[in-house]
Amino acid sequence: MEKLATFLSGVAKVWNLYGSSLIDGTKITILIAIVGTLAGLLIGILVGIIKTITVKKDDHLVKKLVLKIVNFILAAYIEVFRSTPMMVQAMLLYYGTAWIFNIRVNAIYAAIVIVSINTGAYMAEIVRGGILSIDKGQYEAAHSIGMTHWQAMSLIVLPQALRNIMPAVGNEFIINMKDSCVLSVITVNELFFQTKSAAGATYLTFHAFAIACVIYFILTFTVTKILRYVERRMDGPESYTIHGSQSAPEAEIRVNLKQTK
Amino acid sequence: MAQPVIEIKNLKKIFGEREVLKDVNFTVSKGEVVCIIGSSGSGKSTLLRCINLLETPTAGEIYYHGEDILKSKKASHQYCAKVGMVFQQFNLFNNLTALENCTIGQIKVLKKDKREAETVASNYLKLVGMEQFINAKPKQLSGGQKQRVAIARALSMEPDALLFDEPTSALDPEMVGEVLKVMKNLAKSGLTMLVVTHEMAFAREVSDRVVFMDGGVILEDNTPEEIFNNPKFERTREFLKRSKNE
Repeated sequence: MEKLATFLSGVAKVWNLYGSSLIDGTKITILIAIVGTLAGLLIGILVGIIKTITVKKDDHLVKKLVLKIVNFILAAYIEVFRSTPMMVQAMLLYYGTAWIFNIRVNAIYAAIVIVSINTGAYMAEIVRGGILSIDKGQYEAAHSIGMTHWQAMSLIVLPQALRNIMPAVGNEFIINMKDSCVLSVITVNELFFQTKSAAGATYLTFHAFAIACVIYFILTFTVTKILRYVERRMDGPESYTIHGSQSAPEAEIRVNLKQTK
Repeated sequence: MAQPVIEIKNLKKIFGEREVLKDVNFTVSKGEVVCIIGSSGSGKSTLLRCINLLETPTAGEIYYHGEDILKSKKASHQYCAKVGMVFQQFNLFNNLTALENCTIGQIKVLKKDKREAETVASNYLKLVGMEQFINAKPKQLSGGQKQRVAIARALSMEPDALLFDEPTSALDPEMVGEVLKVMKNLAKSGLTMLVVTHEMAFAREVSDRVVFMDGGVILEDNTPEEIFNNPKFERTREFLKRSKNE
């Protein structure tokens, strides 16, 4: 009991002294995670689409060749970034640009770039899987009413694929929220970095990281809830409105399918 | 003889080593209802998919109002918009409501404005008896309802001809009736239809011509009376006998 009291007073001390810098760190963590995940998703969508383009036998030779080269580059990108730790990639980018070009990039920019590219590599495979999971009949039906390849992809296949990959995208988002802590190695003053500073200054390491732990949990938990909401929005309403019943054409009846399913 | 809408000459399709279609020739005239029957694997569906360019024929020509549509890629999208297709698995766009399923092609391909497209779509949804469900998503509809919306979607493009690829094969017996009823009404209205089907009674009652396919060729192409009462080939007789026993 006594221990708990000293623990809480320690926590309070760290919070009083370094609370504002922890909050600043939290903001940067959120910034990196949001921008990194969205940019990564964008990269992933682009790469994923290109990787699902099929080559037909009677296609032009140039198209085949270009596609082959592009696919090779993209495969290399995915493999390299999935097969090396993000921490190492961050070091290479940050100190590499300093050594080669003699410039010191802003650590936060470097962090965002690395998280985006790294997430993009995973997202590319997630998006590819999402596109492949859509029944071929959807594309065929789009083709049968005269849509072009791009129309069929952007209006029919991708919206469905994106809905299906939302849980996986959410995973990536949460991972980024937490893994942004490795970027402290390139002096990004995100939450982990700030916590370490606070711990070093007060010698209350356990107490400082207890606070960080709670903050990280709140962040990821909120993200989970938001993503669930987005998924529900994408699904649209559970029920639909029946139009024009015979006795009263203007009457609208809502049918709820939740019970019947 | 009315002018041919679709004319097929020497059509061939080879998948790997298997020759699925060997030299198929036939025409569909304006307003005609043609049923294609035959056992599974005889090439019926492949023929239909070739006509709608879902498969690229290995050899041969497909003429649409006298124009070879295999020659130019640009014309092929317009051609697809004018020759509709109804699939065995419905293939309604799952991300869109029944109404949007019927308007998206009109808006994006035929470049109609939204109001006009919705008027056309509601008319056809009414025709298939689905006007009450315009706001429903495909997953909220039964199989028969989905297929009726799929027919309305194809009709909304105001096609010259409509292809049906076993439209009732994925439905349970109770729902087959509602879809066949819609198709019968369409046939009466003078729509040009090409129907791959296992519903012999439907083929007999509705079609102007029945085509019997076997082993990648058209074995018989005649009036339903002739095909069902007086088939020329032993193979046709055998098939009809077996399908009657089922």
